[in-house]
Amino acid sequence: MRANRTLEIGTGLFVLLGFAALLFLTTQLPASGLKLGGAKAGYHVTAEFDDVGDLKVGSPVTMSGVRLGEVSGIRFDPKDYKAVVTMRFDPQYSQIPEDSFASIQTQGLLGGKYIGLSPGGLDTYLKDGSRIDQTQSAIVLESLINKFFANYASSKGSGEGGGTDKQASQGQGKDNSGKTESPK
Amino acid sequence: MNSVARGNYLLEGLRRLGSVALFLLQLLGQCLPALGRPGLLVKQIYNAGARSLIIIMLSGLFVGMVLGLQGYDLLQRFGSEQALGTAAALGLLRELAPVITALLFAGRAGTALTSEIGLMRATDQLTAMEIMAVDPLRYVAAPRFLGGVIAMPLLTAIFSVIGLYGAQLVGVQLMGVDRGVFWSQTQGSVDLHDVSEGLAKSLVFGVACSLIAVHEGYHSEPTAEGVGLATTRTVVASSVLTLLLDYVLTAAFL
Repeated sequence: MRANRTLEIGTGLFVLLGFAALLFLTTQLPASGLKLGGAKAGYHVTAEFDDVGDLKVGSPVTMSGVRLGEVSGIRFDPKDYKAVVTMRFDPQYSQIPEDSFASIQTQGLLGGKYIGLSPGGLDTYLKDGSRIDQTQSAIVLESLINKFFANYASSKGSGEGGGTDKQASQGQGKDNSGKTESPK
Repeated sequence: MNSVARGNYLLEGLRRLGSVALFLLQLLGQCLPALGRPGLLVKQIYNAGARSLIIIMLSGLFVGMVLGLQGYDLLQRFGSEQALGTAAALGLLRELAPVITALLFAGRAGTALTSEIGLMRATDQLTAMEIMAVDPLRYVAAPRFLGGVIAMPLLTAIFSVIGLYGAQLVGVQLMGVDRGVFWSQTQGSVDLHDVSEGLAKSLVFGVACSLIAVHEGYHSEPTAEGVGLATTRTVVASSVLTLLLDYVLTAAFL
């Protein structure tokens, strides 16, 4: 009876562990899964961007290369068609000027995106619920290449082969749909 | 002379294959009745699963850690060490966890199954059961087979999770990849599809390894040497079949 009891407890423990691992793999690992774990300490600040690229929840927020916090939420604002990013700052970094400048940058050439802050000059500091007004969107490599082709084609003039012309007009078309910027 | 020997060898191989296939059918027929005896099943899950826990967790930790180390070294050459979480998670979930768990299972639990059933055969316990009109397939073989099939996916899941934390330990604590980046990149790239691929693989490996272990024991020569040979065959056949099936399954899933 006694041996049977330990056997059953051991089996129960094993099955419990196994299913806990399964639960972790299916719910926590895919991004679509639900998030467990309580909110971390710190204060939250929002900022609006035109384009967040592939910034993700959990991406770091840095100033001078030092990690100050992380992105805690990204949502879409249907009124002015912008992405609203919520950032959580660690509580010890409480003296960040309110007019700091936030830009979305890339780690390495192909790495993930993160938010880099450059300090402003005001004496008032960011606090829970405040908003960063000055932002710069992620640089999307494709639109950069498109822009380059557009400039290249227009500087070459119209007398060149049809191939480059076609590419140029495609690039410009895409450019116009993205931002209202007249091609040179 | 030589060709006759070769023909015999071929025939013997065919016979063995047929015997395993028939044995699988017989076992599957006995699985439902075996579920009606949960006591026997629990004992076998304990033997195959709970007692393999330590070796699985230790191996998972070190495989994950070495994955973190090698992955970091390789990825930072391309300046993309942020992809470490992705590489470790996908490598573990899809390949390493199912395969290494199956290999360890064959060595840890498969050999125990074969030698246990083989010794039952050698000491005429199975024959005694048959004489008493107790079907040894139902009371000896089926619970052990089912126990292995149930234990394997659970062990694989535990291996994956521990391995991932091992990779995180090396990548984040030792090498200085950002923790948030590690997990967000992982979550961004891992799909439910990847998890189910690993689980499907581990289920197939569980069936294959348990079947071979139980079959070899059940049909071993009833001598000390025969049981030893059967145990060796279990490890060799399980390992080769696992790697072979792994290729087939990967090709099917991609």
